[in-house]
Amino acid sequence: MASIKIENVQKAFGKTIAVDHLNLDIKEGEFFTFLGPSGCGKTTTLRMIAGFYYPTKGIVRFSGKDMTRVPPEKRNTGMVFQNYALFPHMTVFENVAFGLRVRKVSSSDLKRRVLDALQKVRLESYSDRQVSQLSGGQQQRVALARALVIEPEILLLDEPLSNLDAKLRDEMRVEILRLQRDYKITTIYVTHDQAEALSMSDRIAVFNYGVCHQVGTPEEIYNQPANDFVASFIGEINLLPVQVENVQKENLVVSLKNVEQPVRFHVQNKTGEGGPILQTDNNLAISIRPEAIRILDVAEEGMNVFRGKINSVQFFGSVVNVIVDVQSVSLRVDVFNTHEFGYFYQGKEVYVQLPEKQLRLIPVISGGAP
Amino acid sequence: MIKNRDTRLTIWLLVPVVLVLVAYVLYPSLRTFIESLQKDGAISLGNYQDFFVQESKTNLEALWNSVYISILSVLVSALIGIPLAFIFNRYDFPGRSFFSSAAILPIVLPSLVGVMAFMFLYGESGLIPNAIKDLFGLDKVPFKIGGISGILIVHAYTMYVYFYMTVSAAINKIDPSLEEAAYNLGANKFKVFWKVTFPLLTPAIVAASLLVFMISMASFSAPFLLAGGYRVLSLQIYFSKINGDMEIAATQSVILSIVSISFLLFMRWYQNRKDYRMASKGIGAHRSEVENPFMKWVMVVTGIIGVIILLLPHFTILLLSLVPDGTWTFQTYPSVFNVENYRLLFQDPNIFKPLRNSLLMAIIATLANLVFGVIASYVLVKRKFVGKSFVDILVMIPWALPATVIGMNLIFAFNEPSVFSFGQILVGTFWILPLAYFIRHIPLVVRSTNAVLEQLDDSIEEAARNLGAKWFYTFRKVILPIIMPGVLSGTLLAFIESVGEFPTSVLLYTISNRPISIEIMNQLRMFNMGQAAAYGMIQIALIVIVLFISNKFFGIKAEKAL
Ligand SMILES: Nc1ncnc2c1ncn2[C@@H]1O[C@H](COP(=O)(O)OP(=O)(O)OP(=O)(O)O)[C@@H](O)[C@H]1O
Ligand SMILES: [Mg+2]
Repeated sequence: MASIKIENVQKAFGKTIAVDHLNLDIKEGEFFTFLGPSGCGKTTTLRMIAGFYYPTKGIVRFSGKDMTRVPPEKRNTGMVFQNYALFPHMTVFENVAFGLRVRKVSSSDLKRRVLDALQKVRLESYSDRQVSQLSGGQQQRVALARALVIEPEILLLDEPLSNLDAKLRDEMRVEILRLQRDYKITTIYVTHDQAEALSMSDRIAVFNYGVCHQVGTPEEIYNQPANDFVASFIGEINLLPVQVENVQKENLVVSLKNVEQPVRFHVQNKTGEGGPILQTDNNLAISIRPEAIRILDVAEEGMNVFRGKINSVQFFGSVVNVIVDVQSVSLRVDVFNTHEFGYFYQGKEVYVQLPEKQLRLIPVISGGAP
Repeated sequence: MIKNRDTRLTIWLLVPVVLVLVAYVLYPSLRTFIESLQKDGAISLGNYQDFFVQESKTNLEALWNSVYISILSVLVSALIGIPLAFIFNRYDFPGRSFFSSAAILPIVLPSLVGVMAFMFLYGESGLIPNAIKDLFGLDKVPFKIGGISGILIVHAYTMYVYFYMTVSAAINKIDPSLEEAAYNLGANKFKVFWKVTFPLLTPAIVAASLLVFMISMASFSAPFLLAGGYRVLSLQIYFSKINGDMEIAATQSVILSIVSISFLLFMRWYQNRKDYRMASKGIGAHRSEVENPFMKWVMVVTGIIGVIILLLPHFTILLLSLVPDGTWTFQTYPSVFNVENYRLLFQDPNIFKPLRNSLLMAIIATLANLVFGVIASYVLVKRKFVGKSFVDILVMIPWALPATVIGMNLIFAFNEPSVFSFGQILVGTFWILPLAYFIRHIPLVVRSTNAVLEQLDDSIEEAARNLGAKWFYTFRKVILPIIMPGVLSGTLLAFIESVGEFPTSVLLYTISNRPISIEIMNQLRMFNMGQAAAYGMIQIALIVIVLFISNKFFGIKAEKAL
């Protein structure tokens, strides 16, 4: 097991800068996920950790040791490739044994360890098969066994489930987590699937255009997004561009930009969050998750209650998605499917409440109102 | 500064590859070029002036003849190959798949042996014309081949296969729904063919035409045995060399090279151009069953006749090889058959020696091809470096250069000591022929290896290194085993071509290392048809074995390997 520290790393391919100003601190035994849209530099970062790319600038450390220029074969990482990269001319057994043979493990020991690893991925009865005779999920598990059997310090997984169908993905997700816990191994998992990231990870790093925007636990990332990119990349969110009107100790009053009559919101002034943003940035938005907004039949006492009109209703099964127009802004509201049929309909006049605690003031970095 | 170990490795692999290419491809070509500029001890363009304005115009005539024959060869081969490709890929009838594999049989005949077979079949005293004469009681043979018609027929026989194969591949790639869409929009059969199908096949047809043109320009064996007084440029080079007119031979070589290399460049440009090929899903060849019973049987019978015609040369060689020398002199047909020629081949050391020479030299050349091909291809496909396209072109040059020119290049480069021959004179030694065979087949082996390496995902190599294997271990245990089948099929092909190689051999052989092809030529001169044919049969047998091995053990279709 090892911790990983990435210090101010940059990677440039000619003129394109794939990763820039990257600082990460991954703890021992942690399940750490790189999440971001296609082309944002996840694979590049992973490959710098595996040693297939050397950073243009910066340092990569394993447990404090500088590994920046160590060749891949000397890093003792186990990598699972997106296309599995199984050796097509070898059997399942030989594939898994490869790393041990390189390490000159004695043959009795080798056999025991390979069979043990195959058993862990539930493939013990397939050891003599040619890898081409396996299904996608089985190949995936061979790749996992092959990476785990060498007892690597770090397990690297690059979108390992993207070639599998939905059901198999669910199964393999559980399997990977189980193995990670079994081996207690520091794991980096690359994905662009937010559900995968939220459900599996101890912590997540969200990337875009080669820059890491936020590192945090799934709850932090979801509930306290650092900016509008993180907020809108993960889950659904209402983003409303605002300007600050009034700053109090506990409370902020902001008003919507670009509306005819002023619409004011009260937002909690959380120390350390609102403060610096207010000083440096005037491009701000408030964010709120659709499930956090309440729909009311009659106006209630409280902050941030507005009158609106239902624009559309979409039924998703357990959740009903209601779009409510408040003046010229549309709010997306998700409510559980607990009301009787026909409760929400287009044109119905309702009130919405945006609870103060759930509203967050965040900087807008993507330019232009969302 | 050397940045890291991987860069260093690339350099270590690249340096020998570039050295070999410069020493044995680039340098000899330059030597020929320099030689062509020598006139009466001074440097001038005099030789080129002579070439184009010479009074007798022999050279210009030869160049024109070469072009003329090549154009005709393209036309005739296309006329045979394209319809065959359509019939075999669009219609289903009994025996179709057998006939379609038989269609590539001409490739399974070394050029010199093939030409020899055609001489015996259709020449002055050929079996077919004489059989027809006797059958119908004619006074004279009804036809005979020779000169331009002879060359053309041999070219058509061997070269239609290129059209057949490329057009077949293209037809199978056409998405049937394109044509169906056209029918659906109301086009008739004729319209659909000319407006949809044919335009989609144009790239394949152009590619095959360029290829056949280049091959005919370089063709040597057919003119050598059949031309009579007809002059073609590849042969003129040989005559100039025999007459000792080295400067003229050099000039002719340069001009022939320029034609060939411009075709190579044109072809690369054409193939890299964007075209409107599309990837669509679920493409399957769709063949319509021939319904009409009469048409069905016409097709089957035509197919059978076609296969007989295709196999006649092979049978003729087999037949002749069973006729002991001296038993067939003035008779129209041979009458004695036994295995005397084969017995001699293996018992008379003098007759066995060329076979031994050929095998030995081909093995040496092919091993070199294997090692060089794998390294060169690995560097070209899997490594990044500046000047890659230059190395790529150097690799392809021996493919574009006519064999005769390669032979001349080697003469000019190595008839004096040079660094690249370690201070030795190579011309007149044993080593010059293996070297020539090696150079000739560099492109074949590199290209077939490229094909498999391009299929091999980079992540396979990375996975091995991630598991702790060093580069060399990875290369030995992972990369080589995976690519070996593909590499070997290309290499085996290089081997059989080396065994039968004629044009460079005839320029470079010595008495002690004379290969099979030279001995066939000698035996023909002495009218020992049987012995010549026995050598030919050995080559045919080798080819059959190699194709069988490729197919059986490497699962590679003969068509693919070619
Ligand atoms: N070897 C390379 N040479 C040049 N550019 C590269 C190379 N590898 C990656 N890039 C560029 O760097 C950027 C980041 O690529 P990377 O593969 O890390 O993205 P990713 O986040 O893994 O995306 P995906 O989800 O599509 O796999 C992209 O713009 C890509 O084009
Ligand atoms: Mg990626």
